[in-house]
Formats: sequence, structure tokens, C-alpha cells
Amino acid sequence: MLGQENFIEKRIAILSGSTVGELQNILELFLLKQGIKPTFYQGSYNRYFEDAVYDNLELSDFNPDLIYIHTSVKSIIDFPVPFEEVEGIGVKLNNVLNSFIKVWESIAHKYNCPIIQNNFEALPQRIFGNADVYREDGALHFVNTLNQKFYEYSRANSNLYINDLNYQAAWYGLEKWFDNAAWYMYKYSFNMNAIPLVSHNIANIIKSIFGKNKKALAIDLDNTLWGGVIGDDGLDGIELGVETPKGMAYTDIQKYLKSVSKLGIALNICSKNEEIIAKTGFNHESSILKWDDFVVTKANWNNKDLNVNEIAKELNIFTDTIVFLDDNPAEREIVKNNLPSVAIPNLSEEYDFVKVLDQSGYFEVTNITEEDKKRISYFKSNQLRQHEVLALENYDDYLKSLGMKCEIQHFNNENLSRIVQLINKTNQFNLTTKRYTSEEVIQFMELTNSFGRCFKLKDKFGDNGIVSVLMADIQGYVLNINLWVMSCRVFKRELEKTIFDEIVGWCKQNHILKIRGYYYPTAKNKIVENLYSELGMSCIEDTPIQKVWNYEVNQEYNKKNEVMEVTSND
Amino acid sequence: MTENQVFTEVQGIFRDVFDDESLNITNETNANDIEEWDSLEQINLIVAMESTFKIRFTIDEVSELKNVGEMIALINKKVNNE
Repeated sequence: MLGQENFIEKRIAILSGSTVGELQNILELFLLKQGIKPTFYQGSYNRYFEDAVYDNLELSDFNPDLIYIHTSVKSIIDFPVPFEEVEGIGVKLNNVLNSFIKVWESIAHKYNCPIIQNNFEALPQRIFGNADVYREDGALHFVNTLNQKFYEYSRANSNLYINDLNYQAAWYGLEKWFDNAAWYMYKYSFNMNAIPLVSHNIANIIKSIFGKNKKALAIDLDNTLWGGVIGDDGLDGIELGVETPKGMAYTDIQKYLKSVSKLGIALNICSKNEEIIAKTGFNHESSILKWDDFVVTKANWNNKDLNVNEIAKELNIFTDTIVFLDDNPAEREIVKNNLPSVAIPNLSEEYDFVKVLDQSGYFEVTNITEEDKKRISYFKSNQLRQHEVLALENYDDYLKSLGMKCEIQHFNNENLSRIVQLINKTNQFNLTTKRYTSEEVIQFMELTNSFGRCFKLKDKFGDNGIVSVLMADIQGYVLNINLWVMSCRVFKRELEKTIFDEIVGWCKQNHILKIRGYYYPTAKNKIVENLYSELGMSCIEDTPIQKVWNYEVNQEYNKKNEVMEVTSND
Repeated sequence: MTENQVFTEVQGIFRDVFDDESLNITNETNANDIEEWDSLEQINLIVAMESTFKIRFTIDEVSELKNVGEMIALINKKVNNE
């Protein structure tokens, strides 16, 4: 796995509420699989509170990118006793809750990084039997109430993510989950065989936070979206809907995929079929999915790896963000051999498709933005634009015909989550590949000697939302562009010219004399290698690890943008 | 299962846990002889023995183990009782 390219390195601190042990090793494997190379700090055994709250030189030196707090229901010491008064129970509840809030606030304050916090799983014993869950003096009721308080905090604080240990325990089976011998002897709070399940979930949250979620599905049709072969069996012959067991299974698959697409994941067809016949399958009265729900449709007789590649190209995304769904192991093998970065779940029986896909965590949601929800329409309008560019011969004419409008925004609370998302997931148009958490962006906003802007772009085909972010600091008379990212959705639209106009204009107004641009090469950002030269800056340093450009502001400047209208929220 | 078979299996588990194919254990081998043998690896050894031989150790048994010989004797006793 270490042979893979494009690893991002992350420092992950694990604070212990019980033995961490093998969990760290398994977590490392899952993270490597997601393209994240972790370095770990492991806190002392059962000292998560002290490690987080008190001065901790080792942890500050480690400078974590993320902290995971490995607690469980075993971390609760003081439960209600039978027939205890409500007031007393309330005090106990607040004691537990406040100690955790103290941990979270202290981490936010000192380390300023995302936190992953386990919730509490159900208890292995119930004094009141089934009444334990609803009596106020029931221990299980106590646990569930605490969990609700955790969720409230998480909803109000975007840096706290819950790892749903409660769900994982239920999924694994509580009876097996609690391994008393392992607890008494080794202080493992749950069965060691459940460690992969828990680590997988934590890894999914981490990769989602750091922008490594999948973005699109390439889906086969026959025996994947319906039972049977549309070309052989015809519309009446395929199985879909409540009449047959298989039909029910395929209906549930379609329902699931429809929901996935609501998260902004692009559904695409990748099927060996005649397009005209393939299309008819979606006319089935029980078909939840319609032909229009798909962004790119490849129904032809080409090899599937070629089609998956085409889909990636048309969506302008990397193949490592695509999931390929096909019931046929031979097709999966071809794609796997030719496009090893594509994620390919092993679908075997149709009744397990949804389970396999759901357990994969490909689309784990952490920070969902308005842009995510609209992503499908962005993809679709991009396709319309691609068709238009074919119709107009001159590219400038095409750009002018789009009727583009750029809105320049300062950073604020409304656009913050999109800014952070764009910073963390953009790989191609990314000059320095610096990543920032929302806390760090908030800190940046509070600086006086800084210049931060984000840029919205719309045109006659649709609103792309915020598609570019620029962050710079000011040292004396020099503006250093520390970060500049742009979404691949709007490449080749000359937005960079508009942005450069804005930078130069602002610098002239604010008596800045020099603009410095930096480029740090990665495996993915070659596209912007010469961006600053193209914008008219002079290269003053050129080494394999960095290039630096300079621009003298005190010279006549003609605005470069000729293709879009520009407004500002000043 | 013969004592030889048990020994071979245990040898394999040690090599697996310590990720060292050249590791040779004897009855006298103990935690002082293998540098990586700390409390966490001890747990991994016990859990691997339990699942390989389909047995469960009691808390007393685990805390009294002194070396590989005692471990193998205990496994032999448990495997042949069942």
C-alpha cells in the first residue's frame, strides 16, 4: 500500500479511555487504504481527560491534525442507583457530560483540530430489565440521554464528530461485543475481533474530514439495477418491483442509490448494451431511477475500464474518486486491472448489494455543504457547456456566450464551510496544497494583515457556487499568496484572470508593492505549474521543490478579464 | 492433537505475532528473550492461542503463565480434555 502515490500525511492523536492496542495498527491500515499516511501519538492508558485538559508538552509538540477519543460505556463510572431521585441523577449526568465538554473545549482551544468522539454503546446488563431503557433511574436511560447530549454538542460545534460506537456494537452484536475476560484482563473495552469494524468507521470519518470521499458511481445495468438482461428479456421480462423477491431487492437498490445521489454523488451508467434499449429499462413502472438521474451515460460495447475512464474525464474528476458497481466478477476484474485506483466493492448476491455499499463508508458525511447538494446540477450544466463549446468555433466567443457572472466575497460565517471544504479537497488547481481546518480559517479571518477572498461563478447554464479561494498574508509591502485553489468544475473559464485583477486592484489601493506567488509541485497539480507566468509574473526562484514568482504592483495594469461580469459583496 | 503438533502451531503463532519467520521458541523462552514481547503482544498471543485451539483460558491461568513451556502444557491439557 505504501507504493501508492499521492498520500497525504496526517498526525493523529489517540487519547485513551481503555486499551488502544491493536486499534492503532488496524486504523493505520484502513487510513493507508484511503491514501492517508498517519503518524500517531498515543496517550497514556485511561488518561484521556488529563491528556486533553492539562498541559501536555508531548501532545503540543506532536501538533495533531486530529484527535480521536477512545472511550466507551466503560468510561462511565457513576451510574444512577435504583430509585435515585431525579435531582441526583441530573447531577451525575452533568458530571459526566461536563468532563467531556471540558475535554472538547480544551482540545479546541489548545490544539485547534477536529475531534472524533465515541458515543456510548448499550450496557451489557439491565437491572430493571426492559424498563432500564425508559425509567429515569435506569442505567441504559442514562447512557442514551448522555448520547443525546453529545449529539446536541456536535450539532452546535462543527469540530466535534461522533463515531457511532453504539451502532457498531449493535451491528456486531452486543452479546459478542462485550468480552468480559478481555476487559478484566487486558482492559480492552470490547471484543478484539470488533476492532476492524470500529477502526474502519473511524478511518471513514477521518478520510471524509480530509476530503477523501468518493464523488461518483459508475453503475452497470443488467443484474445490477434490475434482475435479468433488458436486451434479452425485454421491459416485461426484467425483475423490478414488489411482485418477485429479486424485484424487491432491486427496487431497494434503486431507492438506496437515489438517496445517495441526494448527497451530491453523481450516478453514471457503465453498461454493455445498446443505448436505446438500455434506456427502456428505466420506463419500467417500478423503476425508481430515471434516465435523467444519471449524469454520464455509457451504454455501448467498449471495455468497461475505457468507459469508467471516459466518465471520469467528462466529470473532470480523478478515477480514485469513482466507485464501480457491477454484479459480474469478470467486469470488475477488468476495471481493477486497468484502473487500480477505482473502488470496486464485491457485489455477489443482489440482496446484499445495499449492505455492501452502505458498510463501505465511501460517502461518509461529515461536512455537507449547499454546494454538495447541488453538485449533480453542476455536473449536468457542465455537460451542456461541453456541447456548446463544440458548436462555437472560437473559444473566446464561447466564453462570452456563457454570460458568466463572478461574485467576489470576503470570508464570513455563511461561506466558511464551503471554503474549508474547497481548501481540503482540491488537488489539481492548488498552488501550495496547504490544508486548513475551519478553526484555522477562522483564525485567519481575525488577522488584520491578511487578504482572503472567495469567488462565486454563475452562467446561463447554472450557478456553480463558490469555486475558488485565495488566502494571502501581508509582510510589510509584500503580499504572499499562501493558498489558491479552484474547483475543477470551472477550469479554462478565465476566472484566474478575474481573480488576478482583484488581487492587483486591492494591492494598488492598499499600497502593497510586491505580490509573491508560490508553487509546490505534487503528483496532481501540474496544471498550475506555469499559472503565475501566464498571469505575467516573473519567476525569481525555480527549484524542484518550489517555484516563486514576483509581481511589481507599481506599473500600469490593464484588466485581464474580458469575458465575465464582476461584482463584490464589499 | 499430539504435543508436537501443538508445539508447531504455537511456534507459528509466535512467528506471526512477532512478524519474524526465523523465530525459534523453546520451552524456556519467556518475555525477557523477545524484545517486542510486551503486555500488548502478550494479549495478542493469548487471543491467537485461544482462537487457534478453540479454547478459553481463565484469568488465573493467564496471570500464572511464566514461559512458553507452561503455555504449551496448559494448551495440551485443555485440548486433550475436550
